[in-house]
Amino acid sequence: MLVEIDNLSIAFPSPTGDSLAVRGVSLKLGAEKLGIVGESGSGKSLTARSILKLLPPQAKVAADRLTFDGIDVLRAGEATMRGIRGRRAGLIMQDPKFSLNPVMTAGEQIAEAWRAHKKGSQRQARAAAIELLDQVRIRDPKRVAGAYPHELSGGMGQRVMIAMMLAPDPEMLIADEPTSALDATVQAEILRLMEDLVARRGMALILISHDLPLVSHFCDRVAVMYAGRVVEELSAAGLAQATHPYTRGLLDCMPTLSHPKPRLPVLARDPAWLT
Amino acid sequence: MIDIGDLRVRFGEVEAVKGVSFHVARGAAFGMVGESGSGKSTVLRALSGLNPDWSGRVTIDGVAMTPRRGRDFYRRVQMVFQDPYGSLHPRQTVDRALSEPLLVHGIGDIDRRIRAALAEVALPAAARFRYPHQLSGGQRQRVAIARALMSEPEVLLLDEPTSALDVSVQAEVLNLLADLQARRDLTYVMVSHNLAVIAHLCPMIGVMQGGEMVEQIGVDDLRAGRTKHPHTAELRALSTELEEA
Repeated sequence: MLVEIDNLSIAFPSPTGDSLAVRGVSLKLGAEKLGIVGESGSGKSLTARSILKLLPPQAKVAADRLTFDGIDVLRAGEATMRGIRGRRAGLIMQDPKFSLNPVMTAGEQIAEAWRAHKKGSQRQARAAAIELLDQVRIRDPKRVAGAYPHELSGGMGQRVMIAMMLAPDPEMLIADEPTSALDATVQAEILRLMEDLVARRGMALILISHDLPLVSHFCDRVAVMYAGRVVEELSAAGLAQATHPYTRGLLDCMPTLSHPKPRLPVLARDPAWLT
Repeated sequence: MIDIGDLRVRFGEVEAVKGVSFHVARGAAFGMVGESGSGKSTVLRALSGLNPDWSGRVTIDGVAMTPRRGRDFYRRVQMVFQDPYGSLHPRQTVDRALSEPLLVHGIGDIDRRIRAALAEVALPAAARFRYPHQLSGGQRQRVAIARALMSEPEVLLLDEPTSALDVSVQAEVLNLLADLQARRDLTYVMVSHNLAVIAHLCPMIGVMQGGEMVEQIGVDDLRAGRTKHPHTAELRALSTELEEA
C-alpha cells in the first residue's frame, strides 16, 4: 500500500474549543485511482493534504496511522517531507491562474521543477520541459514553452501544471478540483489526459471534486465525505447501488439531460449522519 | 420582451460576437451555452448595458436600446453574476446591499421591502445585518438574487448563477429561480457552460461557438438528441456520457 490512513482527525482551535474538520477517516491507496467527493467544508482537501503534511500551522492532526510508502508522515521532519512533496507525490490545484508564476514562462517553470528534482543542466531541463509539454498533448510545445501564463487558456494552463508535476516522475498525484475552473469540454480532455498518464506511468491518483458522477467516471473507487467523515466508499461501477442517503441525495439533486425533473430534489440533511 | 438582431461586439481587432439574433417572449427563459470565449457572456453584458461597444438591434419591451441606458432601464433589467463574493461589497451588510437599489430608484418603504425580499429568497431575518463573509456561498447568491429583485425588475440576466456553488446548493438556487419566475412572471436570459443546468431552467437554448449562435434548439429536441449542429451534439454527448456512468 502506498498510502495508509487510519483514524485520521484534524481539528482547528476556535474560541469555543477545538472544532473537528476531519473525524476518524480511514483510507488505503495502492496504484489506483481514488476519488474523494463532498461539499465545501466536508474535509476532503484536508484529508488529501495531510498525506503531504500541507496543512495550516494551527491544524491539530492525530491519527493511529498516516503513512506514505511506509514513511510515518506524522513524525517525519521537514527534510523527509521535502523528499516526498513534488518528488514522489505531486499536487495539482484548482486554478492554474493562481498556481503558476505570472512572470516566468511555462517552459522555465517546468524546467525549474525538473532541475530541482533531477539535477541536470539548463539545456537538458529545457529539452525535458518541451518533452513534458508534448506528453500532456500540447500541439506546439516549443511555442507554449515560451509563453507566459496570461497568454494561455485555462485548459492549457492546467496542462502546464500537470507537466510540471510529472517532471520528477512521482508515484502519486493529488488533484484537488483540477477542472472546476474549466469548461465542460476542456474538463473532459484534462481528466482523460490524467487518466491516461496515470495508467501509463503506473501512478496512484487521488481526485478531489464535488461532482460525484464526474469522479466516478474517471476513478476506480470513490469515497464520499460528509462533515469530516467518510460516509460511504463505493466502487465507481457501483455508484447506482449507493445506499447512504447523502450519496443518493448528491446524485438526485443534479439536473440531467436524460432524466428531466420539474423540480430538483433538495438534500434533507439528517443530523444522524454526523454520528 | 427581448428582441436581438444581428448583434455584434468588437474588442479592438477581435470580433467577439458576430451577428447574433434571438427573441425571448415575456415570462420565458432563454439559455445560452458555449465554451469560454464563445461570446455568451459578452452577449449578456451588451444586453445589460455593461458593454456599450456594440452594434445591431436590441429591443426590450418594444423600445430600441442605445448603448447608453436610462435609469428606468436599470430598474427593469437586473443581473446576477457568477461569484456572489465578488459582486457583494465586503464591508457592506446585507441590509445596505439591499437598500441601495431602493435609494437609487427612489422607492420608499425600505424596511418592509427588505424583510419581504429576505423572506422571498428564504434567508433568515437574522441575515439582514450580516456581512458577506459571514454567509455561506449559497446564502450569498440568495442575497445577490434578492438585491436584483429589489427594484421589481421584469428581466433578470443570469451569468453562470450556480457555477460557483456545490451541487446540493445549486439545486436549491435553481429551484428558487424557478419559483421566482413563476411568481413574478420574470423573463430570464441565462448563461452557463453546463448544458444540464441550462436545460433544467430554459425551454429554449442558444448554442454559442466562436462568437456565433450556431443553433437554437428547444429543450425537448435537445433531450431527444435531435440536434442540427455538430457543436450542439458534442456538448450534449459530453453531458449525457457522464450521466450514464
